[in-house]
Amino acid sequence: MSKIHVTTVVNGDEVEFLADPRETLLDCLRDHLGLTGSKEGCGTGDCGACSVTVDGVLVSSCLMLGVEAQGKRIATIEGMANGEELHPLQRQFVEHAALQCGFCTPGILVAAKALLEKNPDPTETEVRYWLAGNLCRCTGYDKIIRAVMDAASEMRGAA
Amino acid sequence: MDFHTPSSFEDASKRAAEATGLTRFLAGGTDVLVQMRSGTVLPDTLIDLKHIPGTQDITRTPDGGWRIGIAVSGARLGDHADLVADWPGVVEGMELVGSTQVQGRATLVGNLCNGSPAADSVPGLVAAQASVEITGLTGVRTVPVEDIPAGPGKTTLSPGDVISGILIPPRGAHGGDAYQRFTPRTEMDIAVAGCAISLRVDGDTITEARVAVGAVAPTVRLVPDAAAALIGSTLDDTAIDALVTAVRAACNPIDDKRGTAEFRTDVAGVLAKRVAHIAYSRAKGDAQ
Ligand SMILES: Cc1cc2nc3c(=O)[nH]c(=O)nc-3n(C[C@H](O)[C@H](O)[C@H](O)COP(=O)(O)OP(=O)(O)OC[C@H]3O[C@@H](n4cnc5c(N)ncnc54)[C@H](O)[C@@H]3O)c2cc1C
Ligand code: FES
Ligand code: FES
Repeated sequence: MSKIHVTTVVNGDEVEFLADPRETLLDCLRDHLGLTGSKEGCGTGDCGACSVTVDGVLVSSCLMLGVEAQGKRIATIEGMANGEELHPLQRQFVEHAALQCGFCTPGILVAAKALLEKNPDPTETEVRYWLAGNLCRCTGYDKIIRAVMDAASEMRGAA
Repeated sequence: MDFHTPSSFEDASKRAAEATGLTRFLAGGTDVLVQMRSGTVLPDTLIDLKHIPGTQDITRTPDGGWRIGIAVSGARLGDHADLVADWPGVVEGMELVGSTQVQGRATLVGNLCNGSPAADSVPGLVAAQASVEITGLTGVRTVPVEDIPAGPGKTTLSPGDVISGILIPPRGAHGGDAYQRFTPRTEMDIAVAGCAISLRVDGDTITEARVAVGAVAPTVRLVPDAAAALIGSTLDDTAIDALVTAVRAACNPIDDKRGTAEFRTDVAGVLAKRVAHIAYSRAKGDAQ
């Protein structure tokens, strides 16, 4: 099978890779670009561990082909902190101990960031619905929701 | 696997007709990629339709209806205030599909062509009397949505047929529609039963109605007897009873771990009643 040359922008940097057209965007991020922050929990769209944004839209990178990334702008967890400075969501997750094994965390952070860009002042119910596609087997969700709510209010205060 | 990105529906149709082996179109990919991953469908040819101009657009047609591009995601549909105002039931059906992440990709056309009897957006489209424009080898034709599903995972489309747009009629005055489903979990679950109703009123009297059910038969089904129960009524108890009876009579569901046939049939009736009330108050302009 011939591979396809893909040029795309990931976290602001132009990158290129050769993809087998059957490979998912998640495979390409992890195996061709070495960006292993996005996780594969299921590979079938159920868990959200592979969440990234494509042209600003939250998607599961396991449900998109790498070749479909041609000409798009991708944002992953690796682009969330500003150098050593954590994003308020990341900091609140640490402060609230909103993670245990951490496998779900990159996906949840990317998803929560997309929510706060669309809705800076969500209700708890809105946060829970938005994150319904992000599964966590450890925390019981409560600390995650509280961390997102606190990050939202911190970011509103800072603005 | 061959991967194509045609720039016109004519080209997509030709490529699909010429391809040998298993062929799939790629809209949002939320069914196709899951099937590839599980190994149930391993296409030899994949035709990505998203490079065709207009596939991302929602446009009002000259008659006041809507044309929805085949690559418009659920999220984009939900963000379109004018479409939501006209056809809230169509949009709420699509918005029930999957998570936020799935909403970023999943499309109406993919939901329809995947052929699931439980496809959440299809009852709303059928109730709205929506149709699809099909580009095939012999030209372009328009077909009612309810004529597309042929059974679980099957459609009436022929090789070389590609859906090139979804057409929703003008809403017109005093109309309302709604869709509800029952699932064991509130989010991220597959319908055990679903019902959509679109109707029009003149004062308090229902003058037009279409009723469609999902997940209770091998395909989404239009139920003319249920519509007949509503037309001419003011949604009084007699009309509701007749609606519920007609909906249950149209059910021929499977029995599985997610719901017995008896339960699915019963719930379809309950949903029909609730959905009729919502569609009726939307038609009358009451806030809902
Ligand atoms: C986690 C998860 C949750 C889900 N939850 C739900 C749910 O709650 N309710 C529900 O109904 N569905 C659900 N789905 C299924 C799926 O998301 C929907 O069916 C979706 O609408 C499919 O659209 P798509 O654009 O992704 O389709 P695709 O995967 O791109 O295509 C699906 C099928 O349609 C065909 N096709 C696509 N475009 C065309 C065209 N223009 N002409 C002819 N054929 C075409 C393809 O060949 C393929 O067979 C879920 C899926 C996932 C992964
Ligand atoms: S790995 Fe993509 S949703 Fe689970
Ligand atoms: S912290 Fe382990 S899955 Fe969420």
